[in-house]
Amino acid sequence: MRQVAEAVELRHPLEAYTRKGMIPHIWCAGCGNGIILNAFLKALDELKFDMNKLAVISGIGCMGRIAGYINADAFHTTHGRAIALAFGLKVVRPELKVVVISGDGDLFAIGGNHFIHAARRNVDMLVICANNFNYGMTGGQVGPTTPLGARTTTTPYENIEHPFNLVQLAAAAGAIYVARWTVIHPRRLKESIKKALMKRGFCFIEVISACTEGYGRRNKLRTALEFMRWLKEVSVMAKGVGPEEAYIGRDRIVVGEFVDIEGKPEYTDLLWRLINDIRARAKRGELRVAL
Amino acid sequence: MIGMAKPPDRLDVLTGTWFTMGDIACAEGAIAAGCRFFAGYPITPASEIMEHMARRLPQVGGVYVQMEDELASMAAVIGASWAGVKAMTATSGPGFSLMQENIGLAVMTETPCVLVNVMRGGPSTGQPTKMGQQDVMQAKWGSHGDYELIAIAPSSVQEMFDFTIEAFNYAERYRCPVIVLADETVGHMREKLVIPEPEEVEKRLVSRKRPRVPPGEAFAPFMPDPEDLVPPMPHFGEGYHFYATGLTHDEWGKVRTDSAEAHFKLVSRLCDKIRKNKDKIIKYEGLWLDDADVVIIAYGIVSRSARAAVRLARKEGIRAGLLRLITIWPFPDEVVAEVGERAKKVIVAEVNYGQIVREVERRVDWRKVVFFPKLGEEFHTVEELLNAIRAARGEAGGRGS
Repeated sequence: MRQVAEAVELRHPLEAYTRKGMIPHIWCAGCGNGIILNAFLKALDELKFDMNKLAVISGIGCMGRIAGYINADAFHTTHGRAIALAFGLKVVRPELKVVVISGDGDLFAIGGNHFIHAARRNVDMLVICANNFNYGMTGGQVGPTTPLGARTTTTPYENIEHPFNLVQLAAAAGAIYVARWTVIHPRRLKESIKKALMKRGFCFIEVISACTEGYGRRNKLRTALEFMRWLKEVSVMAKGVGPEEAYIGRDRIVVGEFVDIEGKPEYTDLLWRLINDIRARAKRGELRVAL
Repeated sequence: MIGMAKPPDRLDVLTGTWFTMGDIACAEGAIAAGCRFFAGYPITPASEIMEHMARRLPQVGGVYVQMEDELASMAAVIGASWAGVKAMTATSGPGFSLMQENIGLAVMTETPCVLVNVMRGGPSTGQPTKMGQQDVMQAKWGSHGDYELIAIAPSSVQEMFDFTIEAFNYAERYRCPVIVLADETVGHMREKLVIPEPEEVEKRLVSRKRPRVPPGEAFAPFMPDPEDLVPPMPHFGEGYHFYATGLTHDEWGKVRTDSAEAHFKLVSRLCDKIRKNKDKIIKYEGLWLDDADVVIIAYGIVSRSARAAVRLARKEGIRAGLLRLITIWPFPDEVVAEVGERAKKVIVAEVNYGQIVREVERRVDWRKVVFFPKLGEEFHTVEELLNAIRAARGEAGGRGS
């Protein structure tokens, strides 16, 4: 009997990082999002990250629910606006680490404008995108990352749209750190998140996530095992190459770090330097303070 | 003011008498109210507010950001408000349309924030440089779902200053978005503005309720106080580890998309915290309402020509009166009903094709209601309104001199 009691009391080692009363999550069996959540929480744990200095912001969709699962200040915003809301928070409280975690549709279709402008400004923010190649929560519709030729509920014959290459998009928009992993790379993903959390500037990590119920069932990746085997088969590790090498397609997915820049001026540093300078000059009477 | 010998004592409240523009008075009112965050996107006729904020906010240690669009502006305002500062945006019709979804998020997450809509002519791009009062219904109903918010309509440069302060007070007290429904005329005209002493302004200011338990202890971020139905608000980075969501949630912030009871409880409270405090919120001005046969109902800049018209009508011996709506939402049902009961004719004058007149018709016998719309360029002149009063008096068969 005593053994049974002990077994019941077993706790998940990352339980302290999850929000009470919100687990179990809503994600399907076989979904890759849990692996991403796990990698994120492990990264926080290994860094002994101060959870009072973290804010997690998410948008709408399957991955949008992640903000609710993490035991930190968290905001679940409208569809596409996670980065914009996170930006408002970050500029007021630059000492906080702001992490946006959301899906490819949320971040790059409806919210694409906010992504490129946040990257352009180089605001200190980590954006993690769970890319599952489709709109999972609404039933598997085509999205901005769906591969050419793939089938979805709204491309029942084949997808004729060219997808975004998120790594190249982020790099072109000005991100100082850009990496791509898949959910068969949980340890590399965790290390990548740790690295990005410690950088100051706009960082982007794309994680190819398994979606068996949405994308997979219509593209011969019906089970989690099939999906993971496919990711393993097509993943090619790249070292020391630039974003131009970050190919992604149904035949091959190049993973690795593609951008890692130091020294680019960060937005809130510039902003608060300006504010403090203007404020001091106004106090000294060097500026016209009038209507 | 060039080559000032010494800086003003206070950089945030610029006490004195000024001759300035309504949009600038609005920005100064915000700064005096303690607003330390502005996010916006250029749009006529509201751009002067953001230009003034861009210059003035850094002087007082505040953050000004120009966003990529109005969707982002409203989202950033919500983020800044939860980061612990009073936050605002300013826009006009097309931008106001883009903000509607996140106005709903601000309602659902009970985010104190102020939106200034310097109304122009619509629909669509309409008449960007001309005045309008065409977004009055949108201010109340623009986002989806049931909700209540507060809207206040200034009619002068002085009121652009005073009502913006009042808007922040409403937002902080009731934790909801508050709309300053200005218009192009009020925004762009120049008149005298008197900014009082800082102590006078500070006496008027209200701040949001804050958690009464320290971080780490059990704290339900959406648990309302029973007396006003408004919950205390935590901020990012304080250690409360709150979760705010646009999904239906309970007092703890826990998602409750499966419960009719939870949805009813939340939505009804979000409405009732405004409805049940209506008497404290609603402001209006009445002129000769006690014995008026003909009453003009007007708001914003139109109320000024209406006031003059009513005065002139009185000189002609017509028992005219004015009901000027200051807060438009929540709508002053009882006041309008009372006025409509007593008067023989009620003229509703507004620069749109029929918005507040519908609200009036809900409360006043429709046969008494005379609708006087204007569209484009100009609002009602004194003469036009005087003629409307004369005609209404004639129809009503009221006594003259």
